[in-house]
Amino acid sequence: MSQPTTSQPTTSQPTTSQPTTGAPATVPNAAADPGGARHHLLSVLVENKAGVLARVASLFSRRGYNIFSLAVAPTDDERFSRITIVVDVESAPLEQIVQQLDKLVNVVSISELAPERAIERELLLATVDADPGQRVEVAALAGIFHGAVIDVASDRVTVAVTGTPDDLDGVEDLLAPFGIVELQRTGRVALPKLGSRRRLQPVADRAG
Amino acid sequence: MRLTGAQALIKSLEMQHVEAIFGLPGGAILPVYDPLLDSSIRHILVRHEQGAGHAAEGYAHVTGRPGVAMVTSGPGATNIVTPLMDAMMDSIPLVVVSGQVATASIGTDAFQETAITSITQGITKHNWLVTEAADIPRVVAEAFHVATTGRPGPVLVDVPKDVANATMEWYWPSSDELDLPGYHPVTEGDPALVRQAAELVLAAQRPVIYAGGGILKARAAEALRALVDRTGIPVVTTLMARGAFPDSHPLNLGMPGMHGNYTAVTAMQRADLLLALGSRFDDRVTGRISAFAPGAKVVHVDIDPAELGKIRRPDVAIAGDCRVVIDELVTALDQLGLAADGTAAGGSPAARRPDVEPWRAQVRTWQAEHPLRYRQEEGGPLKPQFVVETLRDMTPDDTIVAAGVGQHQMWASQYWRFDHPYTWVNSGGAGTMGFAVPAALGAKVGRPGSMVWAIDGDGCFQMTAQELVTATAERIPIKVAILNNAYLGMVRQWQELFYEERYSEVYLSPDLPDYVKWAEAMGCVGMRVESADDVAPAIDKANAIDDRPVVIDFRTDAFEKVYPMVPAGASNDDIIEGPSEGERGR
Ligand SMILES: Cc1ncc(C[n+]2csc(CCOP(=O)(O)OP(=O)(O)O)c2C)c(N)n1
Ligand SMILES: [Mg+2]
Repeated sequence: MSQPTTSQPTTSQPTTSQPTTGAPATVPNAAADPGGARHHLLSVLVENKAGVLARVASLFSRRGYNIFSLAVAPTDDERFSRITIVVDVESAPLEQIVQQLDKLVNVVSISELAPERAIERELLLATVDADPGQRVEVAALAGIFHGAVIDVASDRVTVAVTGTPDDLDGVEDLLAPFGIVELQRTGRVALPKLGSRRRLQPVADRAG
Repeated sequence: MRLTGAQALIKSLEMQHVEAIFGLPGGAILPVYDPLLDSSIRHILVRHEQGAGHAAEGYAHVTGRPGVAMVTSGPGATNIVTPLMDAMMDSIPLVVVSGQVATASIGTDAFQETAITSITQGITKHNWLVTEAADIPRVVAEAFHVATTGRPGPVLVDVPKDVANATMEWYWPSSDELDLPGYHPVTEGDPALVRQAAELVLAAQRPVIYAGGGILKARAAEALRALVDRTGIPVVTTLMARGAFPDSHPLNLGMPGMHGNYTAVTAMQRADLLLALGSRFDDRVTGRISAFAPGAKVVHVDIDPAELGKIRRPDVAIAGDCRVVIDELVTALDQLGLAADGTAAGGSPAARRPDVEPWRAQVRTWQAEHPLRYRQEEGGPLKPQFVVETLRDMTPDDTIVAAGVGQHQMWASQYWRFDHPYTWVNSGGAGTMGFAVPAALGAKVGRPGSMVWAIDGDGCFQMTAQELVTATAERIPIKVAILNNAYLGMVRQWQELFYEERYSEVYLSPDLPDYVKWAEAMGCVGMRVESADDVAPAIDKANAIDDRPVVIDFRTDAFEKVYPMVPAGASNDDIIEGPSEGERGR
């Protein structure tokens, strides 16, 4: 798992940053919190060993938990990688997902990030139809979102934009009229906002 | 000291005090079988790798030590997938070593290559593919540590052939040299939560202890006894907990669940407090979960935090080892004024405890009015329950009983009297047919001084009977009682009750195979019993034989059904106690 891997379902609905109850994992909850958000962000520190991503992914499929998006990359400590998972808590209560994940021997710690207290970013790459006359228009549009044109052909351009998932939904809408040839998003990565909490707070770091 | 990876592997198993390995060699594991010749470890050559896995489970069940099995790559490894799953479901510590094709061949569809670590990911607690000979001692130490600590479970160590052949410098890791940064099982319960649990115990009028297999895993039978003596709370023992509390104790209500007895099932339904200790609210226990124990507060103690709230939301959830937490609970009750003999210190919180005696009296009334029932008629067909009861009464108190899966398993659990922990060996969560014979073999290896009987079904017996060849060859004198009803009886029972007696593919025949001849061909003594009068003499004869395995083919009534029964998906309130008037089956 030393190679960064990212994926996101292309048909997924955009998600909004709603507040969550963020119940600690030590309070078991046998039913999904009806008032909470449907998506929760888990930041999972795992050992950087062969097959660990497969173990995490297969746990989700085996137990019928839905992943909305998943991004993985090495951390500054080469022994560990960080997997950022957006889970759909309608498929199972968050506490169950966290506790089952925590039973994986290669999972070192799990932090839950409440969206309103997290900085989230995602990268979007899109190739759109653009004849020479339209290039400037596309470039300007990307520029509004602090993105850039990163490749050009006679009738197409490729842009790269980094932003919150919401921003990128907006970018997608604005690019659509040009004709999207190919589009790829990475799924989000996140860290806690400074000033709310200094560090990732583990919700579970013990296995049974 | 320079050793090959194979030598290091065997030496590592010796360091773990392994006394027996159940296995069968092949190409990829060949290097490891060579140093085995020079080891003090006993190897038991099974006839099928599934047998190795179940034997290792049987060994672990009765000794509490991890069972060890060794297999070759590809089909050898896949043949042990079922026991791994079985051990995962029942939290049995198991260490399986599998051979793997050489590292350079991995991923090329080489001969007998299979990605067994991928296959077993979801049915092991953890598994390892070893890539360096130097890693072997550390990985073996990690494997035993993970298998035996926290919630026990099966692990698999996959060793490529070139890794076994490579050399390394021998070392043995200390416990802090294990590379398990994400593995920290909990043991002690949170004191504040334990205190809350104690307060609930003292407030309850209709409490029930719901004891599960975790009591046995935690070696908490004595602790449980002390808790019951102090509190006077009735206990139900699940299929996995039979023996965790003596059946002869007046407060043991026996087995709850789909085929539990009326009192155990009904006491849980009416309880105002369930103390769930090492149990996991399995659907076979709860019936329809929304209707389960509707008036009960729940205290749930389990070493696996993921079990707390998985099925039923507890009022107090305590993650911890059952023995430790029960001891803590007893201490908390003591502090609240409840003495060891159940009396309360004047003015203490315990003195305000409601009287539990009316509840115990209610329970005794249910026991008197709703006993388990069957009738062995003079000259009538042989009843399987009669065989179990006679066997129970003619064997020593601490006899180990292994069962297969089906009706015979339920009758064994219902009618045996388990007065000692670790005398019941069975496949609970997985319900693996064919478990009994190899598990009994493994149990006898672990406890050679105890008498070991397998109570098996005719269908189950046909799945793994070949391990009786192993038993004869290795001089492991187990005894097998086949309750031969000529059917896949449990399935037949469901077809009779829920599919209008439309019997689809459940008939097996009473005499094909001829079990006596088959037993004799495998070097066992074979006997056949067709009437109630012949049961005791045959058991007498079997008990006297100690130099080879014995098989008794009991020809039992094919129409007998297991009762009580809660139909799948029904509420436990809808327990059916016995056949309706006139119903006899056909
Ligand atoms: C490996 C496996 N296959 C199928 C089943 C489904 N099953 C459960 S009980 C049973 C019948 C067992 O027959 P037998 O061993 O004769 O026991 P009986 O119920 O007749 O006592 C079957 C087929 C199972 N539990 N395990
Ligand atoms: Mg049968």
